[in-house]
Amino acid sequence: MSKGRLIAVFAILLGVAAFAGMAVYGLNNDPRELPSALINKPFPEFKLNNLLVEGQTISKQDLLGKPALVNVWATWCPTCRQEHDDLNKLAKQGVTIYGVNYKDESAKAQRWLTELLNPYALNISDPKGTLGFDLGVYGAPETFLLDKQGVIRLKHVGEVNDRVWREKIGPAYEELLKQ
Amino acid sequence: MKTFLVSLLLSFACVFPAAAAIDTYEFDTKADQERFRSLIEELRCPKCQNQNIADSDAEISLDMRDLTYRMMIEDGKTNDEIVAYLVDRYGDFVRYKPPVDKRTFLLWYGPFALLALALLILVVVVARRRKAVTALGENELSAAEQQRIQQLIEQTRENK
Repeated sequence: MSKGRLIAVFAILLGVAAFAGMAVYGLNNDPRELPSALINKPFPEFKLNNLLVEGQTISKQDLLGKPALVNVWATWCPTCRQEHDDLNKLAKQGVTIYGVNYKDESAKAQRWLTELLNPYALNISDPKGTLGFDLGVYGAPETFLLDKQGVIRLKHVGEVNDRVWREKIGPAYEELLKQ
Repeated sequence: MKTFLVSLLLSFACVFPAAAAIDTYEFDTKADQERFRSLIEELRCPKCQNQNIADSDAEISLDMRDLTYRMMIEDGKTNDEIVAYLVDRYGDFVRYKPPVDKRTFLLWYGPFALLALALLILVVVVARRRKAVTALGENELSAAEQQRIQQLIEQTRENK
């Protein structure tokens, strides 16, 4: 085989390998999980009603001071029901979780928290989804991890269960606690 | 004929939802409406991924359409400002036309680079072949050599 032909064959093999690599990477990737535009950006400013305390408003300043999760949920979201027990468990372990009740009816949401217990340190009512929009939320549940200065460090779309906590959110949270 | 009519109707069925999404908004001018339509057609729904926000019925698409309308008509923002506002929240994913930067460089210019490479290879291959053919031409036998070959052929024939 001539040298030129050898190079050509090598180039073709390289191309095939690159394509196969991309295909394998693509297939192992969940296309529904989008990289958040807000990672390492400050949590958006907001001023919204407290879902459980009539007449009280909550703003970004109320979420600062320690690392915390912000969980976006709604009663119309079945996955939120699924992860609720896990959130209760985390709250019992001492993890601070703030709830954003997203595009929901307050009465239904209040009943939900009475019946299924309330894992949230604060309950933000976002009936029109304005805070959700600023957070780039495109479906519930979505969970954000904030550091104590209120910078978004991580975002998880979908259920927060044992595995997600153990492998993804938990280690990052522990890391923030040390700072 | 029947098949034709059915497919015609079906094609209308595909067109109407997009039109319906615009009909809920009011515009002073045809140009505004046209601008709104083209903008929501190049914005991608983050929830339903392979639809633009003009076609999608997802809640989030509805919110994004409302916001686009508000920013455009009420706040008088430019297309770039509206797109930037959405990209800040939802990432480049919401654009069907991604910006040219170092991450998307390959996406935009990769095909041209490959085309250039292919042309280069073609040129090299053709040039080489031409050279080979010319080289063959130069190797043509001289009259004396031709004669010698003829002689050899005849000799072999006689020897048989």
